[in-house]
Amino acid sequence: MSNFKNIFDQYNWDSVLSDILSKTERDVQKALDTNNRTIEDFKALISPVAKPYLEQMAQLSYQITKKRFGNTIQMYAPMYLSNECQNICTYCGFSMTNKIPRRTLSDQEILKEVAFLKSKGYDHILLVTGEANRTVGVAYIDNAIKLIQSKFANITIEVQPLDQEDYELLIDSGLYAVLVYQETYHKGEYKKHHPKGKKSNFDYRLETPDRLGRAGVHKIGLGALFGLEDWRADSFFTALHLQYLQKTYWKTKYSISFPRLRPHSGGLEPKVEMTDSDLVQLICAFRLLDEDVELSMSTRESEVFRENIVNLGITSISAESKTNPGGYAVEPQSLEQFEISDERSTEEVVTMLKSKGLEVVWKDWAHNWK
Amino acid sequence: MDTLKIADKEFSSRLFTGTGKFSSSDLMKEALIASESELITVALKRVDVKNEDDDILTHLDHPRINLLPNTSGVRDAKEAVFAAQLAREALETNWIKLEIHPDPKYLLPDPIETLKAAEELVRLGFVVMPYIHADPVLCKRLEEVGAQCVMPLGAPIGSNKGLKTLDFLEIIIDQSNIPVIVDAGIGSPSHAAHALEIGADAVLVNTAIAVSENPVAMAKAFKMSVEAGRLAYTAKLAPIKKHAEASSPLTSFLNE
Repeated sequence: MSNFKNIFDQYNWDSVLSDILSKTERDVQKALDTNNRTIEDFKALISPVAKPYLEQMAQLSYQITKKRFGNTIQMYAPMYLSNECQNICTYCGFSMTNKIPRRTLSDQEILKEVAFLKSKGYDHILLVTGEANRTVGVAYIDNAIKLIQSKFANITIEVQPLDQEDYELLIDSGLYAVLVYQETYHKGEYKKHHPKGKKSNFDYRLETPDRLGRAGVHKIGLGALFGLEDWRADSFFTALHLQYLQKTYWKTKYSISFPRLRPHSGGLEPKVEMTDSDLVQLICAFRLLDEDVELSMSTRESEVFRENIVNLGITSISAESKTNPGGYAVEPQSLEQFEISDERSTEEVVTMLKSKGLEVVWKDWAHNWK
Repeated sequence: MDTLKIADKEFSSRLFTGTGKFSSSDLMKEALIASESELITVALKRVDVKNEDDDILTHLDHPRINLLPNTSGVRDAKEAVFAAQLAREALETNWIKLEIHPDPKYLLPDPIETLKAAEELVRLGFVVMPYIHADPVLCKRLEEVGAQCVMPLGAPIGSNKGLKTLDFLEIIIDQSNIPVIVDAGIGSPSHAAHALEIGADAVLVNTAIAVSENPVAMAKAFKMSVEAGRLAYTAKLAPIKKHAEASSPLTSFLNE
């Protein structure tokens, strides 16, 4: 059985990083001039010597994105179903040892949140939970999907990694996509940030996209949480993961997200800083590596940053997000997973996107022909 | 008048268009009207057929425009047949652009599933317009199961590369008893003109119009190039010669 772990194990973090840092301007120029970029070109494009070429990268990224995705941007909204969690993650507001009120939404509460999001126009939804297998296990998630299935064109989940059979069951109930971020591909650092709970199993998480691919999910979202380790090396491994998956599970679509560590209650300061300029460089580098991959941007980023990044390669965006269960309509005052940065309303964000010449796409799927 | 007949409909425009990638629905409408296209494809997954005020559908409400729903997003014949039935019910048309591309990266069509779905959809009374590779044998097989036209690709969809499959398109056009519509890869008006010149019955163009800096002007340019290409085809192009003919032919002694 094909598995990314076999490829991953052939790489060494330190040598990958030193390889990226030793790229030359010539490597960058070559990467810019070719039409068919390899992962070596990607390394050059995320290296420090590529910084003077950022404008050129942005121009190319803009053109390529426009050709493939047109003048459009997909809207989605996250909906947190539960903040119960049996994991300790040093950077997360829902971490088990954090003394916050825990809440898992009931059917009635879910429908109340849904009504709010529908009134804003959303048709693509992302369901988020912590990892609490007894209360928020597969049965709970399956019930939630079935409950809202007729109301949304497209349902994605971001929950604990599951087994292949579980994914198959959820896909059958109407699940479209699964986001599962490795957080960091640095195994040692991963252990430090995830000392307790099922999430501490690095390999099980690493193999999750393989299980998803085998289950036949429509889309898999990858990413690393920037701030835990060196963003360049983590991005290399994300790209390596992406390219492996694309060749192995060729019927599946892929998306990449770029979460940067945000402040939260009881939080951790980023060990490695990723500047705005770094993030622009990375987004452009992903677009130059892959013309077709979806690139997603959440409300973790600031108004100004989001306004300027939407034309540089991003293909889907959220707005007005709440990162606490019930945060839209049930209990707007409860504690968040992390603080969002762009707090504008959906309407304001839509107006901004239109002013950038982008058509806002609400619906781009139909679950009901399966 | 030189019209194109597909099933029971006659088209005076041989430029078919699509609705994707425009920066706004208003601009889309303006460009599509400038194109004078009479058959416009719309992805079923992009519209809310239950909503009377759906933004795309309301912008396509025009006497000249016939809607051609497409099955983009489906991965096999079973899903395609289901999507087509949904489209027929909701949009009140039995026309369907059959697109089955299990590969979401290059959006290349699955020939096996397409043939299977075409056969079933014809049986269910659909006018089937299949998006396929420029594969002459597949085109004949689709004709045999009752597809009303074939839509071979000129190059990968959205690539704007032109008629990369030219040699195969020529064979398809030569052999076909049903209209041949070049569906993907047409990036400029000269590509469209070329397709019509070699005898394609129509072209379908979307990305090249929608992503242009001026979609309305580009739509008009495509309209003109398609008309020019068709006119050239009906007027019969002068044969292409590598060399001028010698004024003193080598065999002239035979006449002496």
